[in-house]
Amino acid sequence: MYPSRFAYEAPTSLAEAIAILDRSGGEAKILAGGQSLVPMLKLRFAAPGTLVDINNIPGLGEHWLDKDGTLHIGALVRHEDLEYSTVIADSHPTLAAAAELVADPIVRTRGTFVGSVCHADPQGDWAATMVASGGQIIAQGPNGRRAIDVREFVLGPFTNALAYNEIAVEAVIPPATGTAKGGYLKLERRVGDFATASVAVNLDMHGDTVHRAGCALAGVGGRTIDANDAINGALKGKTLTPENIEAAADAVAAMAEPRSDHRGSADYKRHIVKTFVSRILSNIAHSEQKAA
Amino acid sequence: MTSLYNEVAADPGADTPTRRVSITVNGEQRTVDIEPRLLLAHLLRQGLGLTGTHTGCDTTNCGACTVLFDGRPIKSCTMLAVQADGHDVETVEGMATASELHPVQEGFKECHGLQCGFCTPGMMLASKALLERNPNPTEDDVRWALSGNLCRCTGYQNIVKSVLWAAEKMRAENGEEA
Ligand SMILES: Cc1cc2nc3c(=O)[nH]c(=O)nc-3n(C[C@H](O)[C@H](O)[C@H](O)COP(=O)(O)OP(=O)(O)OC[C@H]3O[C@@H](n4cnc5c(N)ncnc54)[C@H](O)[C@@H]3O)c2cc1C
Ligand code: FES
Ligand code: FES
Repeated sequence: MYPSRFAYEAPTSLAEAIAILDRSGGEAKILAGGQSLVPMLKLRFAAPGTLVDINNIPGLGEHWLDKDGTLHIGALVRHEDLEYSTVIADSHPTLAAAAELVADPIVRTRGTFVGSVCHADPQGDWAATMVASGGQIIAQGPNGRRAIDVREFVLGPFTNALAYNEIAVEAVIPPATGTAKGGYLKLERRVGDFATASVAVNLDMHGDTVHRAGCALAGVGGRTIDANDAINGALKGKTLTPENIEAAADAVAAMAEPRSDHRGSADYKRHIVKTFVSRILSNIAHSEQKAA
Repeated sequence: MTSLYNEVAADPGADTPTRRVSITVNGEQRTVDIEPRLLLAHLLRQGLGLTGTHTGCDTTNCGACTVLFDGRPIKSCTMLAVQADGHDVETVEGMATASELHPVQEGFKECHGLQCGFCTPGMMLASKALLERNPNPTEDDVRWALSGNLCRCTGYQNIVKSVLWAAEKMRAENGEEA
């Protein structure tokens, strides 16, 4: 299989890349890790007139914490850069837990965090972790930069909020105000498969009280499911007692919109969501007890 | 298997836009004029005659087409050949020297790490990349690092043994040199 014909551009600056996108009037597509786009080109699900390869643009491959603990992830940070990251484990545990579960180790050497969020696959792992953690996508276009809240960025299946002449240059994820706790659990049929169901939970703890709780789901709906309000409603201002955990798991499971398919029945997937929420929260509760 | 290379041949004709790219393949600089939609796997196999890189699934799942791109493993059926311009690509043909196998290749030979051999080039390159990063992997580390490479024959047991054998040999060699 091979793609249909396209013009290939490999700009070496953001300004040049944006100018090409702008001139294309919507006929161009950005190529980042290519781990979703190249398969789509080969299957001819996508047939852009121009491909704008951003891999030669310097300055996009870094991720770092700034002084207040905000995590910045450049557009060319690969999945494996986060898997081997030495900076995110304590500050952004939800992302750290997901990193080794995205695709397989070889796909992870190329695929990018930002590209995955842009792709907005309902089964995508990174979009779920980011919706649970909060944060923004920084978009750059002909008129400069704007920050888009991730909850307004991932709009639907394979749809994001970028204009045709904008590039997502960075993801920005805030730190916890207290202690960051979190987890990511994913059920897959085999390593490297997309999620049958997966759950991202992110907690901002003040002592043993939940200051803010975030949650999002992948694989159990037509888009990334935003369960922030459900989990926060159940846990905000409370401690992680078995009763509160149970209530949170029920509230989140009610948000899932699973469909029966070859990966499992709708009931089964909803049950997985509930189990995963309570497992992540119980693990956090146990680790708190140990630390106390 | 149809590939762009067979259809447009080496000379795609005057009205087809091509791009001149220079890629270091197994240490040798190769300059080619290619259509941007040509996949790296097809350039390697049909264009450069390096048929050690296999295409199994052609859908980014099996890892048979794995090559090293600037030292890291990638699936060459999922990268455009033009993207390799200015980069370093290593295929299975680059692993051995004229007189000596790479320890990973020796390991596969010693421990019977292959049956039909179709997955083997990809397995060996992914293993080489693992050992460069982690010279002393556990069995779990090996299984994890090779989880993007599928084998329909061996049941993986002997592949894992082969990589552990190679790791030990490489550690011994490096110890001797130090
Ligand atoms: C075998 C296999 C298994 C996989 N399993 C999983 C999995 O388990 N979980 C998972 O989450 N993903 C999985 N993936 C997808 C993988 O994570 C992709 O890397 C990811 O979805 C897209 O990132 P990319 O950098 O490769 O983007 P690309 O493929 O290059 O681009 C994807 C889309 O995003 C757009 N885009 C990319 N970057 C930008 C940018 N900076 N600004 C604006 N638009 C942009 C592109 O135009 C395109 O439309 C799998 C892929 C494969 C091949
Ligand atoms: S042929 Fe490339 S992954 Fe199977
Ligand atoms: S040896 Fe036959 S596929 Fe692995």
